[in-house]
Amino acid sequence: MTPHNADTHTSTPAGTPAIKTRRFSVSLVWIVPIVAVLVGISLVVHNVLQQGPTITLNFKTGSGLVANKTEVKYRNVVIGQVSDVALSDDQKSVNATIKLAKQAESFTREDSKFWVVRPRIGAGGVSGIDTLLSGDYIGADIGQSDTRAKQFKGLENPPPITYGEPGKRFTLHTQGLGSLDIGSPVYYRKIPVGQVVAYELDADGKGVNIEVFVHAPNDVYVTENTRFWNASGIDLSVGANGFALKTESLSSMLAGGIAFQAPPYSPNDKPAAEDHTYELFDDQQSALAPPNGQGQYMALRFDQALRGLKVGAPVEFLGVEFGKVVSINLDFDAKKRSFPINVGIVIYPQLLGEANTKLLKATQHDPADEAGGVRLIGTFIENGLRAQARSGNLLTGQLYIALDFFPKAEKVAFDPKLRPVNIPTIPGNLEQLQEKLEGIVNKINQLPIERIAGNLDGSLVELRKGLAQLNAKTLPGVQNTLGDMSKTLQSANSTLAEDSPQREQLSQTLDELGRMSRSLRELSDYLGRHPESLIRGRPDNAAPTDLQGPPRK
Amino acid sequence: MNSPPTARELNLCLCHTCGQPCDMSAAPTECDRCGAALHWRKELSLTRTWAYLLTALAFYVPANLLPVMKTTMLGSGADSTIMSGVLEFWQHGAWDIALIIFIASIAVPGIKFVSLALLLITVQRNSQWARKERSKLFRFVELIGYWSMLDVIVVALVAALVQFRALGTIEPRLGILFFGLVVVFTMLAAMSFDPRLIWENPHNEERLDDATQR
Repeated sequence: MTPHNADTHTSTPAGTPAIKTRRFSVSLVWIVPIVAVLVGISLVVHNVLQQGPTITLNFKTGSGLVANKTEVKYRNVVIGQVSDVALSDDQKSVNATIKLAKQAESFTREDSKFWVVRPRIGAGGVSGIDTLLSGDYIGADIGQSDTRAKQFKGLENPPPITYGEPGKRFTLHTQGLGSLDIGSPVYYRKIPVGQVVAYELDADGKGVNIEVFVHAPNDVYVTENTRFWNASGIDLSVGANGFALKTESLSSMLAGGIAFQAPPYSPNDKPAAEDHTYELFDDQQSALAPPNGQGQYMALRFDQALRGLKVGAPVEFLGVEFGKVVSINLDFDAKKRSFPINVGIVIYPQLLGEANTKLLKATQHDPADEAGGVRLIGTFIENGLRAQARSGNLLTGQLYIALDFFPKAEKVAFDPKLRPVNIPTIPGNLEQLQEKLEGIVNKINQLPIERIAGNLDGSLVELRKGLAQLNAKTLPGVQNTLGDMSKTLQSANSTLAEDSPQREQLSQTLDELGRMSRSLRELSDYLGRHPESLIRGRPDNAAPTDLQGPPRK
Repeated sequence: MNSPPTARELNLCLCHTCGQPCDMSAAPTECDRCGAALHWRKELSLTRTWAYLLTALAFYVPANLLPVMKTTMLGSGADSTIMSGVLEFWQHGAWDIALIIFIASIAVPGIKFVSLALLLITVQRNSQWARKERSKLFRFVELIGYWSMLDVIVVALVAALVQFRALGTIEPRLGILFFGLVVVFTMLAAMSFDPRLIWENPHNEERLDDATQR
């Protein structure tokens, strides 16, 4: 026990032994506040050590940002908190001050991205649904840059590809965006393997560049020969086999999508490099079709109405499709006073395949030599090449252009200098048929049908009279005659019956006749042997047998 | 003074434990009835009170700065300190609750610090000023001492009750521990203080010394 305590008394005399023991007594009780202070200091130190960098994010609106509440998350782990939300100096945006955690220091890289995660319903589905209840938070994605920054521009939309996901980006070029949107899926054999991450207009505004991201490991299927096509919507086609409905998937039907695939036979194909540019086709068929090659514009002039011919209608050569109609214009022919129709077509000789290559080889024609090509067409025309609008489908009346050889066609002068090349036309099958039918109908029209009908009517009246007469007079007579005839036949029948006396007499007569003929034969025989008996008469020594015949009766 | 003689003058010492007045003429160290150690005054009263008071003061800082609990409602969580809770209630119009929390959690510990410090300083200065009032003040401090535990109990209760997983959870945070320690140490300080020191006669300095020594 201490005899003195300095704390309670200012007037306590301090003896030497008291100093010794004072320390002990002081330390015993004062340990408690010292420990408390140490704890406090350690808290402060810990706090200071944990303090990460402070950054400022610039957003368009402060919607969903609450100071000291909104968190910054990376991979759903909290890495910081909004400490202040304030308007920017020019009042055009909102500055959110963020206190990042110590270990999130790398998020101050210059190209780090920050965005507000809100519930969104987009093409690719619904995202951020958890924030409906929990409130918005700020999403972060770490950058690659080596330089650090304090000020960041917050993204309005979350970047579709985050956290350095492995895969490749490709650029697709197309005429219009269609129903695609950021987040629209990219399919490979109907399996979603990527998505649309960005799109923008061309520099000249004449097309759209769509950036897609294909996730690893499926990005190796994007090869240099790969074709991309728009898999949006429903493809309903009416063909000879009936209706065919094709869709990529239900979600792509609603949200749009892109599909890709390499043509079935593509040798020496290798995976495409990052940022390779492709054409985006409208549908799978056109995407996977062989390349069209150089197109050639040609003009046709039809003198008939071409109802059912549409721009885009196929052009066929001997039944093989190798081009399409690009324009249909009504013209006026001042000389003939008629309205011909000018049809522009584009043909792709390369689509004829083997025929084209072999023809080129046989004629030793260089595809680049345009005049030569025209000359070749000139020869074809001389041999009867004509264009004809044919009905592809009787039901819908769709027309297509057929190039075919008609050796009997009228000769047409071909002007090789005319551009575009003009191919002569002949009326279509249906039109020809129509014309013939028309001729027949005309002839029928010209017949004096009235008169014929009048005559015919008179004749018919006469005929009726004659018939009445026939009925009244002739027919009873005929009846009588028939009765008589029947009787006659009956008597004839009875005459000819087996047991009738006439029959008996007849057979006797016939027997007589037979005998008579026999005696006549004998007579003739006798006369043959003894011709002299005609003169001398019958000798007496004549054989009795010889004489027996005739006189037997 | 016309006051009756004090126990000290009669050489008597009250046992702190069983209340037996012991005859100190033989300078016994233990109560002859219950055997507890005998002290003229509470042992090291002022030192201990000071120490506990300073400890409580040291803990008072983190208790107010650190969050006392985390409320997670439908996925959005927020830490709240005592003061932020008070402000939140106040802003939402529940000024009565805000007032209760403010008084129980911030004002009462503050009053205790001020009161105890006042008592300690006046006792050390041997002040004759307002002895009766100071005595009342001490009784008041002792009375309100444990009411500050209200906060700790509220947090403990809601943290135990509000556990609805995704819908809402409340978790205690470090601040409430420090707050509890503040309350405990202020109570310890109040307990260590011997109110009889207020009435110590300034002329008997030697005897006061004795009192604090034992």
